[in-house]
Amino acid sequence: MTSNFSKMVEGSRKMVSLLFVLSLFSALSDAKLSVTPTKGVPWPMPMDYKTTGKQNTVDAASFRFTTRSVECDILLDAYVRYREAIFGRNADRFHAMRQSPKFVQMFSQEGDIGEVSVDVSKPCQGSYPSLESDESYSLSVANGQVMISAQEVWGALWGLETFVQLVYKSDTGEYVVNDTIISDKPRFAHRGLLLDTSRHFLSTRNLLRNLDAMAQNKLNVFHWHIVDDQSFPYESMAFPELSSKGSYFPESQVYTPTDVAEVIEFARLRGIRVVAEFDSPGHTQSWGLGQKGFLTECYSGEKPDGSYGPADPTLNTTFPFLKQFFAEVASVFPDQYIHLGGDEVSFTCWQSNPVIKDFMQKMSYGTNYAKLEEYYMQNLLDIINSLKRGYIIWQEVIDNGAKVRPDTVVEVWKGGWEEEMEKVTKQGYKTLLASCWYLNYISYGSDWTTYYTCDPQKFNGTDAQKALVMGGELTMWGEYVDDTNVLSRLWPRASAVAERLWSPQDVNFPLVAQPRLIEQRCRMIRRGIPAEPVTGPGTCPVEYREP
Amino acid sequence: MQQLRGQENALLQQLSVQVSTPCEGRIYPSLESDESYALDVSGGQATLKAQEVWGALWGLETFVQLVYTTNSGEFVVNDTSITDKPRFVHRGMLLDTGRHFLPKRTLLQNLDAMAQNKLNVFHWHIVDDPSFPYESRAFPELSNKGSFYPGSHIYTPSDIQEIIEFARLRGIRVMAEFDTPGHARSWEEGQKGFLSECYSGGTRNGMYGPADPTKNSTFTFLKEFFTEVASVFPDQYIHVGGDEVNFTCWQSNPAVGDFMQKMGFGDNYAKLEEYYMQNLLDIINSLGRGYMIWQEVIDNGAKVREDTVVGVWKWRNFSWSDEMARMTEQGYKVVLSACWYLSRISYGEDWKTYYACDPYSFKGTDAQKSLVMGGELAMWGEYVDDTNVLPLSWPRGSAVAERLWSPQDVNSPVLAEPRLVEQRCRMVRRGIPAQPISGAGGCPEEFGGN
Repeated sequence: MTSNFSKMVEGSRKMVSLLFVLSLFSALSDAKLSVTPTKGVPWPMPMDYKTTGKQNTVDAASFRFTTRSVECDILLDAYVRYREAIFGRNADRFHAMRQSPKFVQMFSQEGDIGEVSVDVSKPCQGSYPSLESDESYSLSVANGQVMISAQEVWGALWGLETFVQLVYKSDTGEYVVNDTIISDKPRFAHRGLLLDTSRHFLSTRNLLRNLDAMAQNKLNVFHWHIVDDQSFPYESMAFPELSSKGSYFPESQVYTPTDVAEVIEFARLRGIRVVAEFDSPGHTQSWGLGQKGFLTECYSGEKPDGSYGPADPTLNTTFPFLKQFFAEVASVFPDQYIHLGGDEVSFTCWQSNPVIKDFMQKMSYGTNYAKLEEYYMQNLLDIINSLKRGYIIWQEVIDNGAKVRPDTVVEVWKGGWEEEMEKVTKQGYKTLLASCWYLNYISYGSDWTTYYTCDPQKFNGTDAQKALVMGGELTMWGEYVDDTNVLSRLWPRASAVAERLWSPQDVNFPLVAQPRLIEQRCRMIRRGIPAEPVTGPGTCPVEYREP
Repeated sequence: MQQLRGQENALLQQLSVQVSTPCEGRIYPSLESDESYALDVSGGQATLKAQEVWGALWGLETFVQLVYTTNSGEFVVNDTSITDKPRFVHRGMLLDTGRHFLPKRTLLQNLDAMAQNKLNVFHWHIVDDPSFPYESRAFPELSNKGSFYPGSHIYTPSDIQEIIEFARLRGIRVMAEFDTPGHARSWEEGQKGFLSECYSGGTRNGMYGPADPTKNSTFTFLKEFFTEVASVFPDQYIHVGGDEVNFTCWQSNPAVGDFMQKMGFGDNYAKLEEYYMQNLLDIINSLGRGYMIWQEVIDNGAKVREDTVVGVWKWRNFSWSDEMARMTEQGYKVVLSACWYLSRISYGEDWKTYYACDPYSFKGTDAQKSLVMGGELAMWGEYVDDTNVLPLSWPRGSAVAERLWSPQDVNSPVLAEPRLVEQRCRMVRRGIPAQPISGAGGCPEEFGGN
């Protein structure tokens, strides 16, 4: 603790923490006063964050972002977004009107800071983010100047997001930002959020709003669990019947190629990867409606009983179909990785089917249906491999013994994850953790603290093993979630996971995080996301308005 | 103008409505309202008959729900014959605008949702410890100092009028709750001296406790305050709270200690609580209004009027069924909310639990059972505000609504589920973001458009 007092003048992260704890304890003892939120403190917490109390006013009328070196579409789009994020919807009108004397009289706020200067080293026009992206940046607010510099545009985007969060309204209503020095980069490269658009459809509009919310929390992978048993809303150009027969309402609850392209582009401009998951051989009931013969027919005794099981690995139509289907998927989704699922494969239907039983004999699998599952996955993985894409799979594929490429990413979702992480990393696979972040499992009270304190590297393993943890994902499975409640249920609980995945490991005291989380929630509300209350009674200065 | 078709292609062009009792002028629903109606659709004719307009309103709501669209897009309604009236007369919903502010537009939207479910009492728990958003004309400092943001997070007199009128037109009573002597921290800022000051080792420690019953100014203030409340809220009943009074602060305060001696209460602070409540109830009584109170007031021995309605709410380590028996045995009317704390969310289909709870589940005579006025679902505001109140309340609230309206034996969740799914999609179509509650699926018309 003594070493931190020497940094007191600079107001380091830890000192800020101590002050928060002290103020918290005094605040909580009075029934009326809820916890006071911070002002202008970023979320997630940067790796290195030093701030003084010196306030600079921001000149709203003349404010602009400028690029010092490399210019590109991503930066230009960000500048428009972030000016609005700071000053509200009227930002552009302010900018355009600033020449009018009357306007200048009314709205002009002579300020110290009128410009944010952005410096990106590598060219970025038309780029897509990837697992290897450099997301580091440095940000300084000093001597009336704001500078953001980054190797790649992805870092610059995060620097801009951080800067926007530093701006707050003083007691007199001016836009201000404190002198600040930040050097920042994420702890984990893969910080994902899963949405399930099969159990319930989610409008494209809400997918886009959610990408905005993710960007406000520096989450960088949208794991789109797009189809499942119950519905198939993905409109395939090669196989249109998949959605025309498999979606809930083909007229309205499908994602057209345009919708999908819109989501991918919207994400790209925010530094977010879109990883599509087409889960098989299980979780595929809806495929069978539009693709007859894809699923296994289940038998009662000698005859099919009308029900279906997982994809049928024994038919010679299955893998040609999958090859053509995934060739299209690879052309639609530019990310290097495709998620292939592979979870929860039930063997009962396979066991009942005589054709399958014959196949098992022929292949010498005996009665070991895990081998049939492996056979299916192997073929599927080979297809993706031939398309030159990497794959992410759920843990069962490895648990059941399939052989996969070394650069496969394995996603751990079941209980007992500490042992599983140890096992999977020992085998040399890159790993993602989802198990402790099933945000669809709601409960009463401040469950965000549980999500906040789950650490993906808390398992027995060597440093080399720990280095294989790419990050993790929070999941919002769709059984009880749709457009009416998805955003309020996700946020700001997902923010807790976002900080765990971005910030250093020792930023993990919920009590200290709480006032910052309250500020982050109110910030998100001001920026149009209906983030729900998660810390008890209180309020935001600007309440939520449906945009 | 759409034309409705009954079976056999009969064309339905009008629904004729007959109400026996006059309903002109500003009439308000009450605990005694007759909400019965008869609805008949056959041979291309549709008639709705009711004694009072409140029944007619419910008949109209029912009729609207009978109309559906065929696959070819026509609006149709089947030949139907309905005679209907509620099992319970008090079917309420509590919203808490003290823990988090809820804007007026959301309160109005929620009244619409209530009407779609035949709930008829909006129990407005308007102020509490964290904030005081009620703008009082007589005591403007209460909200100036006690609200979260006096500029925006308040209910002006005209807001409240609008809410009451909106409710009235839907057959919904608005029963305001001003909870004291506990749950009143936010009153102190604008009404200095209202609350007891707490002491630590003989000196004031800056904290506050319940309302201070030892001062005359307390009751003078309350009389003037509730006189205004009675003029603003026309319902016969005012809810005066009385729950969860913590004695610690009183015990620490020397002036309170003196008062206890003077009154001969000894160490029994429940007597001080009773003294406070007695005076408060006398005030409400003098205003000619009835009161609803939380159960502690009776549990702790206060003497109250016969027409008092008691809210049975305690569920934690507590048998509400025993409490229902106790209250009705003493002859009090009761309203049950203990099993319907919808703010206590959990994963999955908790609507079934709410659906299964029956207010008659206690040991008592028929006379006792007849004292059960009904129940209320409670959406307390600790973790609830405008971002999530409507999806959390609906359609889980619909499960409670059916329990309170429909006959006791309409209680199979298996049979109810497909109907609840239709009700949810209906609510979504009518602009209420009622969330999914029965697993995977979809509504033909999603919320906010597709």
